[in-house]
Amino acid sequence: MKALTGAYAIAEAMRQIEPDVVAAYPITPQTPIVEQFAKFVANGVVRTKMIRVESEHSAMSACIGACAAGARAMTATSSAGLALMWEMLGVASGLRLPIVMAVANRALSAPINIHCDHSDSMGARDHGWIQIYSENAQEAYDNFIMAVKIAEHRDVMLPVMVMQDGFITSHGVQNVTLLEDNIVGDFVGSYEPPYTLLDTKNPVTFGSIQLQDFYFETKRQQEHAMETAKSVIKEVADEFWHVSKRRYGYFERYKLEDAEAVIVTMSSTAGTTKAVIDRMRARGKKVGLLKIRVFRPFPYKEIAAALKDTSYIGVLDRSMSYGAYPPLYTEIRNALYSLTSRPKVQSYVFGLGGREITENEIENVFNELLEGELTESMKYIGCRGEE
Amino acid sequence: MERFPTEKILKKKPGWKEIPIGGIVTNAGSSLLKKTGSWRSFRPILDKAKCINCFTCYAYCPDNAIKVENGKVRIDYEYCKGCGICANMCPVKAIKMEEEKESEK
Ligand code: SF4
Ligand code: SF4
Repeated sequence: MKALTGAYAIAEAMRQIEPDVVAAYPITPQTPIVEQFAKFVANGVVRTKMIRVESEHSAMSACIGACAAGARAMTATSSAGLALMWEMLGVASGLRLPIVMAVANRALSAPINIHCDHSDSMGARDHGWIQIYSENAQEAYDNFIMAVKIAEHRDVMLPVMVMQDGFITSHGVQNVTLLEDNIVGDFVGSYEPPYTLLDTKNPVTFGSIQLQDFYFETKRQQEHAMETAKSVIKEVADEFWHVSKRRYGYFERYKLEDAEAVIVTMSSTAGTTKAVIDRMRARGKKVGLLKIRVFRPFPYKEIAAALKDTSYIGVLDRSMSYGAYPPLYTEIRNALYSLTSRPKVQSYVFGLGGREITENEIENVFNELLEGELTESMKYIGCRGEE
Repeated sequence: MERFPTEKILKKKPGWKEIPIGGIVTNAGSSLLKKTGSWRSFRPILDKAKCINCFTCYAYCPDNAIKVENGKVRIDYEYCKGCGICANMCPVKAIKMEEEKESEK
């Protein structure tokens, strides 16, 4: 066990994976990830080629080039950096390049803000990347290692982003159990690309033009890869459990079985919610948590089955979709539609721009749910001027 | 490496299960099947009398549309995009750009 920040936990995972190429540009709160990894490179701990680029657009472009050339390529970013990568995110997934990226979630401008919310990665949710969210530093480390194997699986070949909460997780020091270097090395193996630009005996073109006649089929195929990723994510989690004794599903159930009121949320707030559940359970309240880990591909069927016996659900989103319901709530409502007797669901938005969410606020949510005070409109936790 | 012959794919137009991933082209020579000169709105016209065969245009053409045959340059209109770089670089102004007329494409 080692005391590490979430950012350093990712840097340790990167060191153990030792990718061929890391191309990155610093941005708060991601910076300590690549800063620490750059030290490993400078000290000769790893043989990775570190490319220092002039922007995140270039960071993703360099990863795309490297990956198309057959390299295992990685990067990390946050907020505006992810926004600047936008165009290239779609190129990476569209070209089916298994790039792995760590994201320390941070609010988007304007107003400028360096603290945590999920607007950055939620905005990228439809860009063809597998998305995995981590509650704490341990999960960020574990998810990052599993991401390599998921991305590079022959039947998947899709990029993966692994999220952790900016500052809260990325800069908070926690105990992390690292695997042995050789175990990680064996687990991820080496990247065997199906096609590469450097295979001069078998020359191929990456990035061809496809118009009305082929584009649609290529995109349909990409969706099929996402569907396949669902089972691969499970397989990889099982393999990971064998080497780590830590078990991961699409989501985590916390005291869910007999819960009358359930909170659905993701990342570090799930940890706070667990503490509140323990407190309320001690007083006999039947409350529980469903913590989303895999957001893309979204496990609709499994979630519907897990929530079918619950009466009241509160979905806590740390981002908004202006003019519409927020992203997580939208997916949960969708998942529940297939049930004949549907639980009631309330949307809550919280924590934008790093606004703190307290145990008492979460307990209030549970109390509202238990009293059946559910509405069709969004509620805002801890936002002044609401009452 | 699984191969997908371009000519066959273009002709057969198979479903999404039978095409390479990510729009990758696995077989060389697909440009022979796709002429791209029809995009052109300006046409480079070569004045053979003025040309000194220095091959500057050949070196600069971004589309490889200037061919050298028997030591002389020729413009391949099936691939020329009409960018005008050749006309701009020619040291003796032997290439002139003329507006393309639909009928001549
Ligand atoms: S106009 Fe452009 S594309 Fe055409 S021959 Fe000249 S340089 Fe090449
Ligand atoms: S650059 Fe001009 S002079 Fe030289 S080969 Fe081309 S057309 Fe002829």
